[in-house]
Amino acid sequence: MSETWLILGASSSMARAFARKLAERGDGVILAGRDMADLDRDAADARLRGAALAETIRVDLRDPASFDAILARMSDCEGTVSVAIFTGAMPPQSEIDADPALIEGVAIDNFTGPARLLQMLAPLIEARGAGTVVGIGSVAGDRGRIGNYVYGAAKAGFHTYLSGLRNRLTRAGGHVVTVKPGFTDTAMTWGIEGMFLVAPPDKVATDILRAVERRRNVIYTPLFWLGIMGIIRAIPEPVFKKLSI
Amino acid sequence: MQWKTADYAGWGRAIRVRGTLTRPERLGALATALTGRGPAIGNFRSYGDAALNAGGAAVQMTRLDRLLSFDAETGVLEAEAGTTIAELLRVFAPRGWMPPVMPGTGFATLGGCIANDVHGKNHHDAGSFGQHVLAVTLMTDTGPRAVTPEADPGLFRATMGGLGQTGAILSARLQLRPIPGQRMRVVETRIPDFDAFIAALGGSTAEFTVGWVDATARRKRLGRGILEEGELLEGSRPGPMRRAKSVPFDAPGLLLSWPVVKLFNRWRLARIPDSGRKRIRALDEFFFPLDALHDWNRLYGKRGFHQFQCVVPQDAAPALREILAAIAKSGIASPLAVLKRMGPGRAGHLSFPMAGYTLAVDLPARKTRAAPLYARLEDMVQAAGGRLYLAKDALARPGTIAAMYPELDAWRAEIARIDPEGQMETDLVRRLKLRSAA
Repeated sequence: MSETWLILGASSSMARAFARKLAERGDGVILAGRDMADLDRDAADARLRGAALAETIRVDLRDPASFDAILARMSDCEGTVSVAIFTGAMPPQSEIDADPALIEGVAIDNFTGPARLLQMLAPLIEARGAGTVVGIGSVAGDRGRIGNYVYGAAKAGFHTYLSGLRNRLTRAGGHVVTVKPGFTDTAMTWGIEGMFLVAPPDKVATDILRAVERRRNVIYTPLFWLGIMGIIRAIPEPVFKKLSI
Repeated sequence: MQWKTADYAGWGRAIRVRGTLTRPERLGALATALTGRGPAIGNFRSYGDAALNAGGAAVQMTRLDRLLSFDAETGVLEAEAGTTIAELLRVFAPRGWMPPVMPGTGFATLGGCIANDVHGKNHHDAGSFGQHVLAVTLMTDTGPRAVTPEADPGLFRATMGGLGQTGAILSARLQLRPIPGQRMRVVETRIPDFDAFIAALGGSTAEFTVGWVDATARRKRLGRGILEEGELLEGSRPGPMRRAKSVPFDAPGLLLSWPVVKLFNRWRLARIPDSGRKRIRALDEFFFPLDALHDWNRLYGKRGFHQFQCVVPQDAAPALREILAAIAKSGIASPLAVLKRMGPGRAGHLSFPMAGYTLAVDLPARKTRAAPLYARLEDMVQAAGGRLYLAKDALARPGTIAAMYPELDAWRAEIARIDPEGQMETDLVRRLKLRSAA
């Protein structure tokens, strides 16, 4: 049966790599973002790689009015409807410290925006009795650290939301994959100091697709982040609060 | 637009520079990155300083790698400049098409192949890469500008092999060639010496040929090696997949020392029986033999290496023999020596090819003798009426290069028009004074 994916934040390199893999499987992709001229090129790319359908649609997470058109478009798709959320923003913690008003934007971009859209799409997945939601979280959401705890908190909220959504959609035949990437070689991490073991987006996309096919619940990608975060999570709070890692 | 200060190097790693780099992922970001900054660069597969801009800025194009259009009837493809040749082969070979010219590494980008007007194992038949480019789109201050050989012959010619000096290449239209299948029949033949090699290359009727020369062999055995002849096979079955390995750290100097290289080359030759060897191979295995080992340049250790590649005219084969003899005599280990026949095909003013023979040899930079040897070879090439390949070069002098490239003045005139302020200059262009008539 045909499967059509809504890709949110489709201009990011991780989303682009994932969309290419879907296209090569013959799935349809609807690329959602704000830079429409550039997304058109991504759509052409997906079509040439074998996508059954490749379209673009405008979305602005900070403008929920843009969600209605997306719900309408996805409702028109025949077959299975799936969603992958790659949106996110990580302003430096120092900027947030200087301007606390930025917190709301971080919460919308990383958590409440995607959650609100998913909340609208969930009944569609339930009605079709199939469909996968891929949510890109972050290892930063596993523990609040001095370097990026606002971003981490938003991602942690998103993780919990995805967990609940999984609980809900499972009953109707749907599935939710929570992806926690470590450092990935994207525009977001370009030139940031202190990056190590940086994974190429293509590797992350491969891991995500495998998780989708195997109906995994929560994955770390690359896998060694499971070990790293296991250690970081195990550090007792009285010790952790004095560390700067 | 995010910029970072980084140390970077060409594939040979002998010259390392510090500069600011950015890597746009969208068209809008590219336009911002390019305004008044520096040259566009690709995947760092040119060996010397062709893609370096020490102390300045450079825009890496590798994330602009989307396929834009393809006509399954005519085989005309348009793709963004960051697309790699290996990716084009991977996507289009199952549909019966491949790039008409492929360099020795699939990691080279479309933009890089154009900027260096690269050649492949079929140059004697198919000509250079630029001869199959139907149009390029340059990113200018006023937006994308399509350049075709019909409408802008001068600018188009200056762009093919033009070292990126006409502006950032955003995308290109390329004529792919139809292929009957995805596998090749490869015949390997042992060749006893240099003269036999020239004769064998001249006598081969195969579409794809390449010669591997044991550059450690001297005197009677000078120029011995293996001739590989490849033909495309019919059939839909793809070749065996290969899994790439990588070199995790810089190798110690011992690995490529003279005795080790000598043994390795002898072992390579001994594997080929007297009667030759026939094998069926996958396309990528034949065209990109070294790509199976990611970062193989680290085998040359921290100090890196230089690659010397020259071409000499057909009647100058004896001079090429002397050049090879000088390399063998120097005792500078170079396991990867490649000898090929070239046809006359070239697409730009600064294109490397000429009808004749080309020889490529690695010279480890850790040997202090590498630079003086290179200078001697450079003189020998000039005397033979040949030329050096700018995509490989890190050591040549301005005077010799000007003598080797007779169309340099015509190229300069085009560049002066399109980039009068010299924003696209690279270290190579400055070192060889390519843009300043000296």
